[in-house]
Amino acid sequence: MLEAARCIVVRDLLVAWRRRSDVATALLFFVIVTSLFPLGIGAEPDLLRLIAPGVIWVAALLSCMLSLGRLFAADHADGTLEQLLLSSAPLGVIAAAKALAHWLVAGVPLVLIAPLIALQYDLPAPLYPVLALSLLLGTPVLSLIGAIGAALTLGLRGGGVLLSLLVLPLYVPVLIMGAGSVEMAAAGLAPDGQLLLLAALLVVAAAFAPWAIAAALRISTE
Amino acid sequence: MTAQSVKWFWYASPQTFYPVAGVIARWCAAAAAVLCAAGLYIGFFVAPTDAQQGEAYRIIFIHVPAAWMSMFIYVVMAFWAAIGLAFNTRLSHMMASALAPTGALFTFIALWTGSFWGRPTWGTWWVWDARLTSELILLFLYLGFMALQAAIDDRRRAERAGALLAIVGVVNVPIIYYSVQWWNTLHQGASVSLTRAPSMAATMLTGMLIMALAFWMYSIAVTLVRVRCLILENQ
Repeated sequence: MLEAARCIVVRDLLVAWRRRSDVATALLFFVIVTSLFPLGIGAEPDLLRLIAPGVIWVAALLSCMLSLGRLFAADHADGTLEQLLLSSAPLGVIAAAKALAHWLVAGVPLVLIAPLIALQYDLPAPLYPVLALSLLLGTPVLSLIGAIGAALTLGLRGGGVLLSLLVLPLYVPVLIMGAGSVEMAAAGLAPDGQLLLLAALLVVAAAFAPWAIAAALRISTE
Repeated sequence: MTAQSVKWFWYASPQTFYPVAGVIARWCAAAAAVLCAAGLYIGFFVAPTDAQQGEAYRIIFIHVPAAWMSMFIYVVMAFWAAIGLAFNTRLSHMMASALAPTGALFTFIALWTGSFWGRPTWGTWWVWDARLTSELILLFLYLGFMALQAAIDDRRRAERAGALLAIVGVVNVPIIYYSVQWWNTLHQGASVSLTRAPSMAATMLTGMLIMALAFWMYSIAVTLVRVRCLILENQ
């Protein structure tokens, strides 16, 4: 069972590595969106410091969603997905492995590059670990919830726009906790509460989302 | 026990439900009209003017029941969706699909009338209050449900996909509500509070409850009419 999950993660990472430009595009999108805000709002350092957590988190949400459409689409097109559905491993485990692979490809780079963006926004250095930790806890939730939407919109016309309509409202708690934890730290308070809540969201999502993803895949492919 | 369950499944068939739904819808529509007239009469003519808010408060006779219904209908919708997924009954899926537009309508009315109420009372059309924000997100959830069902051509897949989304949504609604509430307290102090004075004139409460009942009746009537349309479309 775990062997199947490991195989899928390794395979998805390999596929992503072979198509590096796709991964780079989502990351570039994140950087560009965050770079647009100072141009639109103005470059006063005080203002930028204030909006940095929110901007970085919203951009992370959008960037993560951008790559969700590819999560099952290629597998669906070439028939791999049907083989996965037929395999003896539980579909929930396969779904969790797919979400994990998506997080490794789309989420982890965001965590790594976010401090650089924070630098541009002149965020004080002690906040970097909090920002990185909040993204580290939050982005897997984005992948897990997003995978439900990706599975539901599999093969639909205008699936990308529809996906955003379905998934973004469900992302609200993650956004609030994630940006909130950095803002708490910026205000000189302990961000533990928000980070623990993010961790709780992650636990709940990791426990339940795979089953929802599996059910959605069955509905979409039957 | 068996007689009871047989009866339930008897009405779970679209063919037998169709005429029953017609009768119930007609009675509920009549009740909705009567209750609405009574409720609005009490609201506009009988209920006293509020000491602090003047006449503007009278919008609550529509606003509060609409807000109640908007949240309640989402739960009912998720309930029917879950029944539909669990027992594979066509009628349950139709109920869920038929409830969504009414729920979205009430959510919109709640936001719209709330904004009308906020303008004279708070001096602004919109504040990022916890309840307003979560109501807005609820509207997005309704619209997402309807958009997903509209985008899928295969009816069976549309019903089941929508059902799953409704269940995922209903699990998220409390999380969203509490996170928004917390975000709100983090960002701004209690400059604006929706919690009104604890004591409310009895006539105000009566008017509001009658309006809530009227909205219930309206929802049932409209939903059943929509279910009848869906049955005709599908069979």
